Amino acid sequence: MTAAIDIRAVHKRYGSFEALSGVSLQVAQGEFFGLLGPNGAGKTSLIALIAGLNHPSSGSVSVMGHDVVSDYRQARRALGVVPQELVYDPFFTVRETLRLTSGYYGLRRNDDWIDEILANLDLTGKADANMRALSGGMKRRVLVAQALVHRPPVIVLDEPTAGVDVELRQTLWQFVKRLNREGHTIVLTTHYLEEAQELCGRIAMLKRGNVVALDDTATLLGRFGGGTVSMRLSGAPLPAALHGALVDEPGPDRRCSLRLGDWQQLEPVLARLREAGCHIDEMEVQHTDLEDVFLRIMAYTGAEQS
Amino acid sequence: MTGFLTLLRKEILRFWKVAVQTVGAPILTAILYLLVFSQALAEHVPVFPGVSYGAFLIPGLVMMSMLQNAFANPSSSLIQSKVTGNVVFILLPPLSYFELFAAYVLAAVARGLLVGLGVFLATVWFAPPSFVAPVWALVFAVLGCAILGTMGLIAGICAEKFDQIAAFQSFLIMPATFLAGVFYSIKTLPPFWQLVSHFNPFFYMVDGFRYGFFGQSDVPPTTSLAVALVTLAVVSGVAMQLLRTGFRIRH
Repeated sequence: MTAAIDIRAVHKRYGSFEALSGVSLQVAQGEFFGLLGPNGAGKTSLIALIAGLNHPSSGSVSVMGHDVVSDYRQARRALGVVPQELVYDPFFTVRETLRLTSGYYGLRRNDDWIDEILANLDLTGKADANMRALSGGMKRRVLVAQALVHRPPVIVLDEPTAGVDVELRQTLWQFVKRLNREGHTIVLTTHYLEEAQELCGRIAMLKRGNVVALDDTATLLGRFGGGTVSMRLSGAPLPAALHGALVDEPGPDRRCSLRLGDWQQLEPVLARLREAGCHIDEMEVQHTDLEDVFLRIMAYTGAEQS
Repeated sequence: MTGFLTLLRKEILRFWKVAVQTVGAPILTAILYLLVFSQALAEHVPVFPGVSYGAFLIPGLVMMSMLQNAFANPSSSLIQSKVTGNVVFILLPPLSYFELFAAYVLAAVARGLLVGLGVFLATVWFAPPSFVAPVWALVFAVLGCAILGTMGLIAGICAEKFDQIAAFQSFLIMPATFLAGVFYSIKTLPPFWQLVSHFNPFFYMVDGFRYGFFGQSDVPPTTSLAVALVTLAVVSGVAMQLLRTGFRIRH
């Protein structure tokens, strides 16, 4: 089956700065795919290339089998993009904006679908309001609606929940999950890693223009297994043999967190503490979450590169 | 085709929604020019034989207003879109380069003709000019607006800030249209400045347009037509190439 998005050996240079240095990845149809990375990692550059807002310096990108440069009209018909910047046209109302966007995609009389999108994004009451009069969250919803007017099989959301309240996040994710269930491919960038962990089946992590991790979310979480155990100790100091497992320096009140490769390691750790004469006043165990994985992958690849 | 028509409609709506500023203001400016210049210059500037200065001035003002507003429409629309970021709304959809080009230029022609018609209706009462060859007048009106609309598109593509558009307008479009024989027949100029005027493509647009009214002109209308067509071909070629390569828009 044709990949929803196929990125091959893409480089993007701005003068001497290389925003993307040889990125290759494929997103299959029907996936819910997460694109993560710190600011400046190249996420938005990559999305700009997929959307045809920018041309790659070398390499190729295609959407549903259509090259975004040579076959740009087919590629763009297959793609809906929610841009990161909160942009709008102050000359028009919400409905006018959506009708214009429909027209740009070659659709006339699209009002039934426009009404459905408006209802799903809780925008019906604002349909005739001027764009200028909307709050930031409402403008964000209109951007989402604009990306959907032509029912694209592939939808890219570039930080759609940045600066958005909890209610809209919930509404938005419900709607996006439904679109995904109905067969739309979703590509998402976000800085909220718990969102990515909950929603995305597969994740790519970008750092300084390179893909540093690309795997199923479950596999990524499993790669670092286990979790951490956080404790407040009294009595003897933490035995030296356990210092290697410290997540960071012990706190002033003798709080410390130890990393566990898997839960089998918990028992020996407790045994050593007992032998050394440490008392555990408080204890908490946590599963590895995407944030731990993210931080460790970013730290690891940073050390490797410098 | 729907994509192109939608963008054309949007570009026309954009100026129509603020018509006081985009259509009304240039008409008022033209009336002021007519009042002041026809009062101050009528006895000093010899024009065509048998044509009063006021009647001579009116087609010149109509053409100048059309040219300036045809330039202003795409240039201000694009720079606003670029600065506010909503240019993505036309870059994401599957609009072809030619659709973008044609929609922006035709909207510029629409605004130019509307302003021109407004200026004409507002000024014609002062000194009714004759209307000898209306087809010529219409041809030059459309060509002039298309040329300046295309130049406005190029300026909008190249500029990254509002002041660059303003500079383009103040230092190139204003002087070139002002000195295109709007207020005088270039035959009254010293030989050197007559020669210089012949290198100004806007002069041919004004002169050819005026031929449509009086059947008289400084150069034959066919010459003016040829210059206008070549100019349109050159600026269109440049604009299409910029759109094709994505210069400053997809970078």
